[in-house]
Amino acid sequence: MINKAEVLARSLLSVLLLFVALLPARVALSAEKTPFTIAYLQLSGDPRYEAPRAYAGIEVRSRHRPFDGAAIAVRGSRIIGRALGLKFSLQRATAETTDGLMSELNRLNNEENVKFFLVDASADVLTTLSKHVRGRDILLFNVSAPDDVLRSDACAANVMHTVPSRAMRNDALAQFMIARRWKHVLVLKGEFPEDTAIAEAFLASARKYGLSISEVRDFVLGSDPRQRHKNNIALLTSGVDYDAVFVADSLGQVGRYVAYQTALPRPVVGSEGLIAEAWHWTWERHGAPQLNQRFERKINRHMGSKDWAAWVAVKAIVEALARSGARSGKTDFKSVSAYLKSPKMVLDGYKGLPMSFRSWDNQLRQPILIHTHNAVIGRAPLDGFLHQKQYMDTLGYDAPENRCRIR
Amino acid sequence: MNQPLTQRTTLGTFLAAIASLSRVAPLIFGAVAITASMSADAIAGSDLVYISNEKSSNITVVDGNTFEVLRAFDTCRRPRGMHFSLDRKLFYVGCADDSQIAVYATATGNLVDRILNVEEPETFDLSPDGKTLYVSNEEDATASFVDIKTRKVVAEVEIGEEPEGVLVTKDGSTIYVASEANNMVHVINTKNAEVVADILVDVRPRRFALSIDEKELWVSAELAGVVDIIDTATNKIIGDVYFLPKGFRKEQVTPVDLLITRDGKTAYVALGRANHVAVVDVASRKVTDYILVGKRAWGLALSADEKRLWVANGLSDDVSIIDTASLKVIKSIAVGKVPYGILIDDQ
Repeated sequence: MINKAEVLARSLLSVLLLFVALLPARVALSAEKTPFTIAYLQLSGDPRYEAPRAYAGIEVRSRHRPFDGAAIAVRGSRIIGRALGLKFSLQRATAETTDGLMSELNRLNNEENVKFFLVDASADVLTTLSKHVRGRDILLFNVSAPDDVLRSDACAANVMHTVPSRAMRNDALAQFMIARRWKHVLVLKGEFPEDTAIAEAFLASARKYGLSISEVRDFVLGSDPRQRHKNNIALLTSGVDYDAVFVADSLGQVGRYVAYQTALPRPVVGSEGLIAEAWHWTWERHGAPQLNQRFERKINRHMGSKDWAAWVAVKAIVEALARSGARSGKTDFKSVSAYLKSPKMVLDGYKGLPMSFRSWDNQLRQPILIHTHNAVIGRAPLDGFLHQKQYMDTLGYDAPENRCRIR
Repeated sequence: MNQPLTQRTTLGTFLAAIASLSRVAPLIFGAVAITASMSADAIAGSDLVYISNEKSSNITVVDGNTFEVLRAFDTCRRPRGMHFSLDRKLFYVGCADDSQIAVYATATGNLVDRILNVEEPETFDLSPDGKTLYVSNEEDATASFVDIKTRKVVAEVEIGEEPEGVLVTKDGSTIYVASEANNMVHVINTKNAEVVADILVDVRPRRFALSIDEKELWVSAELAGVVDIIDTATNKIIGDVYFLPKGFRKEQVTPVDLLITRDGKTAYVALGRANHVAVVDVASRKVTDYILVGKRAWGLALSADEKRLWVANGLSDDVSIIDTASLKVIKSIAVGKVPYGILIDDQ
């Protein structure tokens, strides 16, 4: 480390000397840059990040805010900012209530001319915000709410979704299960509304791809002997035949005990075991190692799916700015947002396919990674799942089944 | 010199290594020069082909005439770009995971030296006088100028994230560096280490080829599936080459390496996921043929007589050898894991 530091110091010194020697030539490059701020809105006390820990402080789910992903992307945009005459920055605004968040949004919009907001909030908060800013030159980016309803009945013209929907993730998993011929599935479902949402999304994907459901069984957390048919994994998984077990467990307190304890020796998928997500720290293709390493160096943890969603949201904004003709610090909201939503968008999300937003529901079409705890096993869309126009549209709500009327 | 390649040296050993190197280097280089010049008198080059395997961290040595794999040897971790020295007696291998450039004798494949502390060298190029390495550094998002003799970074230029391809002009006055993550090509004046222009190009620019008169710079844009053509006088994009081999969709076309023949008439472009190499007529910028090769074709090298085109296939762990007269693959050779760079010692 010492010699590294010294080499760096020496190189910095030589670069400094060069700067001094060539000051007049430098001036052209360090021309005035217009500040361009992207905001990040979050609620303090968001229950999604404050779920109770498992016994003895064991964390079974990552509780990190995706802000770090956005920060990495803004940091990575400074040189493209040099070419565009823009100085990118990221402002984080926190409030305790949805109303508070709206005032933060208004303040940033009025006082600092912020037009692009990453929103790290649940579906209802996001919907409230989007109604509040309708008709204004403001675009919101959903970086953490997977709810399918946001891409259908509750969709909005001013909300772009970079985080994949539940439908997309479960379609990816269903493709994988069909490809592996795991056709009969036992579904274990927890007691919370979120668990129901996960299970329903999987059941819909199972119907779409032709998986058959052996049975749906409810589980509870606990060791009450009167409830043992609901809290004992062996009992929960016996008396029925299946090729795989799908676990719908938002908290992860029960799900982590399912694998290796099933009555039949079968793989576990869903919330545990084999998981379909936007991103994984072990993804090693299409430039992913560079991004994962950069994230780990700066943030000191693995990059997760929501981090990726925030990262790619910033990347989408910067890409649209560059392609819609932002030069010499001048930007135009209408043309940036039109480019963002246009099929011309070619967004590089380090998943190997050029991504763009679906015109019918503003969802970012993207490959989904199917992974275990330490390896990516598959990338959906899988080979053989065809689509007349765009293979990635085999995942999630496609145009014909779309219920969104963009408002 | 005999420390394991992966070991990171402390300041003391580093300085000692430099001190001892300055004493030993003339001897080593002298010895290499003698053996190499002897073989150079006999035949033009050793006819050895060196292939860097990024994931197995080794180099496969192939006989350039018989296409037989002779051997493979371990090198530093994640070897990618490779270049000959000016006199072709040495070759350099950039190792991203070890932050160093390993130096090998071309005739023997023996390790003769290492240039340490080059932060994550992705790819690099060599100045025409053979004195300076231009390296793109992943971690710092910089291009650095490394003086080969003194091992010092003499200049560092701030460029876009994930710098990738580096190419120096024949007169050594300019280098082009691609920023994969920022979709830009940076034009850098080598005399004062100044960025002359930041050119916005198509998505995920990877590699370069200059036309023979150096009036056109061809840049592969991997995710956009095109090659952008930049006018080097104005630094503006003046054309594109699109690819679509039969049976593939646009998003499967991910061009990486490209090169232009000595007569300036033909360009070869490795199309990555589309598993083909495109043959392009440079003048009309039209694709004239597609050659089916292995999976994820990305690295290219031409033999000195330009009769053989070698293609590294990153996802099928093999190398395809194309006969450029018939435009057919005449042999595929299994090499290490994720082959990346190819060097042919035949001149």
